[in-house]
Amino acid sequence: MKNENLYNYILGIADNSLILGQRLGELTGHGPNLETDIACTNISLDLFGQVRSYFQYAGKIAGDGRSEDDIAMLRKEREYKNVLLVEQPNTNFAYTIARQFLFDAYHLAFLKELQKSPDLTLSAIANKCVKEVSYHERFSSDWVRRLGDGTEESREKMQEAINDLWMYTDELFHQTEADKAVVAEGIGVDVTNLKTAYYAYVAEVLEEATLEVPETKYFQKGGKNGVHTEHLGYILAELQYMQRTYPNMEW
Amino acid sequence: MSEEQIRSLERNFNERIERDEKIEPKDWMPEKYRQTHIRQISQHAHSEIVGMLPEGNWITRAPSLRRKVALLAKVQDEAGHGLYLYSACETLGVTRDELYEQLHTGKAKYSSIFNYPALTWADMGAIGWLVDGAAIINQVPLCNTSYGPYARAMIRVCKEESFHQRQGFEIMLKLANGTPEQKELAQDALNRWWWPSLMMLGPTDDKSVHTEQSMKWKLKRKTNDELRQQFIDQTVPQADVLGLTIPDPDLKWNEERQSYDFGEIDWDEFWQVVKGHGPMNKERMKARVGAWERGTWVRDAAMAYAEKKRARKEKEAV
Amino acid sequence: MATKNWPLWEIFVRSKNGLEHRHFGSLHAADADMALENARDVYTRRNEGVSIWVVESKHITASNPENNGELFEPAQDKVYRHPTFYDVPDEVKHM
Repeated sequence: MKNENLYNYILGIADNSLILGQRLGELTGHGPNLETDIACTNISLDLFGQVRSYFQYAGKIAGDGRSEDDIAMLRKEREYKNVLLVEQPNTNFAYTIARQFLFDAYHLAFLKELQKSPDLTLSAIANKCVKEVSYHERFSSDWVRRLGDGTEESREKMQEAINDLWMYTDELFHQTEADKAVVAEGIGVDVTNLKTAYYAYVAEVLEEATLEVPETKYFQKGGKNGVHTEHLGYILAELQYMQRTYPNMEW
Repeated sequence: MSEEQIRSLERNFNERIERDEKIEPKDWMPEKYRQTHIRQISQHAHSEIVGMLPEGNWITRAPSLRRKVALLAKVQDEAGHGLYLYSACETLGVTRDELYEQLHTGKAKYSSIFNYPALTWADMGAIGWLVDGAAIINQVPLCNTSYGPYARAMIRVCKEESFHQRQGFEIMLKLANGTPEQKELAQDALNRWWWPSLMMLGPTDDKSVHTEQSMKWKLKRKTNDELRQQFIDQTVPQADVLGLTIPDPDLKWNEERQSYDFGEIDWDEFWQVVKGHGPMNKERMKARVGAWERGTWVRDAAMAYAEKKRARKEKEAV
Repeated sequence: MATKNWPLWEIFVRSKNGLEHRHFGSLHAADADMALENARDVYTRRNEGVSIWVVESKHITASNPENNGELFEPAQDKVYRHPTFYDVPDEVKHM
């Protein structure tokens, strides 16, 4: 492949949306009430829309005839590049919201930078996504405040979810070799620059939500390099089920 | 109010409906009209949200991204339709929570078709094509029903649902024109969903208790048997386009009636499922009740937060 | 804790600039901000709106249909409020 770094870079972005969209899709029909159910499904739909734009572009770069679905559904476990955060389960609604917020805050800052990319396809995708993700971030940060500053029970649940997911936040600011190469070309976003502002903003929201910023200094990483938590295998089992059971068919 | 006064109000009310005037929430209405509407509208709303489950369970396994977003959007619409219908019902003086309570305790019914399992991807096609097809036949006349909020909700529902059946048919078409394995999936789904879809249009006219009154109130414009015949007549040619076989050996065109004759429906099975003994009744209720109960602390937290926020605002204003 | 239900809100949507807000339906939300967000997701998912108003249903005061006679019927015979009441010769233009 001529531009393998860019291809891998795009997959790194898109896989986050793919796996998070998949997680949110599990909730459709099972939300805490109808209005919230509809809202979470909307976020899932936005994310899958983004995935399609990215994979169509990645397919073009690969130039080997692979479709968006081939890229989405026919890779092996170690070839998925999403961060560990987005594959964490919907343990309860607090986890769903904490995962969403911790990702959205990063995602929004990332897209704002990607808008400036000289790669016109990427900046066009980012322009569209930034509006969607602004809304996601508003939705999830509002819910962090609601659950944090709601009842005693909701505060406990929200704090527990934040504590448990915190160790996956640092990975958002790691770079793979491909990321570094694409950043060096001036096309990619240097995520290391986003880290300070991210933690400051997250701390601000948590404080408004009467929640504590976890003090842990131990973080987990690996997703970006294809080393995932055990959850990913199950997600892929569902995501790939049809393509694996009925190979080479059109749907 | 004297009996004479009530009779006069009722006469006046019935005349309004005959003149095609809409009844609005604050208008006087016979208690039976209110109760019947609460029952039918809520049953309809329950069907939408229970109906999310068999399809929702395929979202994570949809075979392509295009199919996945279409299915997500469709199931989300069903949540929206449930919401519109619950809202219409609430104008009759009952809360959504009370209606949920009726659903969760088994007091309220929902469409029995959702008590069948969605086993393969082709079921997403069959549900969209057949189940939504049958639903549309039921729903379109309701856009003209006498109760204003219900009619308005149905107009919105019908407008949005127009893509649902096409979505299902397109899935079937792709399968029917696909590999032999795919065609087999499609035929198998048709075999399993055909009869439940016919039953979905309700018991035969001689067994249907509500028809006459419902006709008067425009809650129903055609009888169950008429709707069923209409459904069969429009669906058989669609099956021909797909090259699939309707699983009814007695199905044949009747030149004289200009309609299809069809075989005996297994009404024992219908009543068994209605009474709660279908393959998925318990599972569906468990899913609904579970979601509601797991959401309790979330809903409580949102209310507590809203109250705190209001109190803070008031304090600032002082 | 005893569950307190989310109140009901009425949703008004302006479908495009230049048009008035129109009643679209209702929904439940814990507060006004959430009502706006829910309205966006429930009632404008097909690009139906450019502006949303929400108002808690309990704040709406409605006229009583029992008074419709006295409220609305007196307006029926005030034909002089309509241009057709006035005779103007055909040759007079722009009026």
